[in-house]
Amino acid sequence: MRVEITVNGRPHEREVEPRLLLVHFLRDLLSLTGTHVGCDTTSCGACTVLLDGVAVKSCTVLAAQADGCEVTTVEGLGGPDGLSPVQEGFRQCHGLQCGYCTPGMVMAATALLAERPDPSEQEIRDGLKGNMCRCTGYQMIVESVQWAAANGGAR
Amino acid sequence: MIPAGFTYVRAGSVEQALAELAWHGRDVRLLAGGHSLLPAMKLRRVEPGVLVDIGRLRELAYVRLDGEQVVVGPLTTHRTLERDPLVAEHVPLLAAAARRIGDPQVRNRGTIGGSLAHADPAADLAAAVLALDGVLVARGPSGVRDIPAAEFFTGVRTSALAADELLVEIRLRAATGLGYAFEKFSRRALDWAVVGVAAQARPEGRTAVALIGMGQTPLRAGEVEEALAAGVPAAEASALAARGCAPADNAVASAAYRSHLAEVLVGRALAAL
Ligand SMILES: Cc1cc2nc3c(=O)[nH]c(=O)nc-3n(C[C@H](O)[C@H](O)[C@H](O)COP(=O)(O)OP(=O)(O)OC[C@H]3O[C@@H](n4cnc5c(N)ncnc54)[C@H](O)[C@@H]3O)c2cc1C
Ligand code: FES
Ligand code: FES
Repeated sequence: MRVEITVNGRPHEREVEPRLLLVHFLRDLLSLTGTHVGCDTTSCGACTVLLDGVAVKSCTVLAAQADGCEVTTVEGLGGPDGLSPVQEGFRQCHGLQCGYCTPGMVMAATALLAERPDPSEQEIRDGLKGNMCRCTGYQMIVESVQWAAANGGAR
Repeated sequence: MIPAGFTYVRAGSVEQALAELAWHGRDVRLLAGGHSLLPAMKLRRVEPGVLVDIGRLRELAYVRLDGEQVVVGPLTTHRTLERDPLVAEHVPLLAAAARRIGDPQVRNRGTIGGSLAHADPAADLAAAVLALDGVLVARGPSGVRDIPAAEFFTGVRTSALAADELLVEIRLRAATGLGYAFEKFSRRALDWAVVGVAAQARPEGRTAVALIGMGQTPLRAGEVEEALAAGVPAAEASALAARGCAPADNAVASAAYRSHLAEVLVGRALAAL
């Protein structure tokens, strides 16, 4: 079947199998490998992207379900010549070690701040509940999001 | 993990979805939020030949007040239930249960219709719908029928819905300004309930108490309700929570531990009413 999905502002039309998962559409067809696959069982959140502005686990969404929708991946937030406040927060506060969970964390945090620009620590922890990190122990991630909230928020 | 191949049909209307169900018989599944079905398909536990995506039927996503009832469209997401002002005012128990489901990403995609139709014995919304005296409206080829929530869940992940029926509405008895409580014990933050309790006070003194994780289906704690109605103090009534239940005895928790949890959680819920 044919799907057209706008990713980071650019429309992409592709012929896909109905069973193709959104995360594989992004990684394998568009070579946007910033979105990671951690668990593949809807648990870890490494594959989190924004679908029409809402945080979703892209390993559990069919590309067919995203047909006609807008997707934002970590590549769409900012690059080396201009990081988003959340990305910069992770850099400033050492919110990552191996970096595997980071794209998903950054997307979930961006969605959280879009909705709650000034979250409490508990709200940050609840908002990132669907994202696992095996390295940091989460404290620096919470601090990264607090830094972002104080320095520009979701965008 | 990749699901087995299937034909994908995006339903443009309820009528089309019903026609697809009727046409494809046992080989078809409806796809709502996909957060129970797609994980099962990725594990190849389910391999439908045809998937009928009802996710775009916006007319099935709503919350309305209808007299003494709150009516909810099956495609309403857990996230909407968490925040909807009508839900907060008239059936806050539903919001309390929705808030405890999985994690934000899951709640963004999962729907109340999918959760009820999936009929997991530990589904949080099932407990709330049971305690709110819910009626589930099913539509099939021969028309529409009402199924009381207490008759809807028939076994582990099986419901009274026929294969050619769509769950088209959930009707709940408004509980405006009345006490309610949702208590859930799970192993990790994002996990399903080991045991959960939904309790809803009613003005006539009858308190509804529903349990999840205490049997093959979500169920009402009949003995607790009767004791409360007879004037037995809450602390004593909660000791009856596991009466008549046959909870699972498995790696997650032993049956004895679940029974203990049910008593403790019902006690907490009743104390919070
Ligand atoms: C990581 C994770 C954690 C979770 N944690 C919890 C939790 O703590 N508590 C909890 O209660 N749930 C939990 N869930 C399940 C979640 O709530 C699901 O969203 C929900 O059970 C199914 O809703 P859905 O819209 O995603 O349905 P789908 O997966 O699309 O469908 C589920 C089933 O219902 C059928 N169906 C869907 N809509 C209809 C309809 N209108 N009429 C007839 N049949 C229909 C489908 O054919 C399918 O068989 C979790 C899920 C995940 C992935
Ligand atoms: S890879 Fe999607 S949640 Fe882990
Ligand atoms: S930084 Fe390694 S998993 Fe989070």
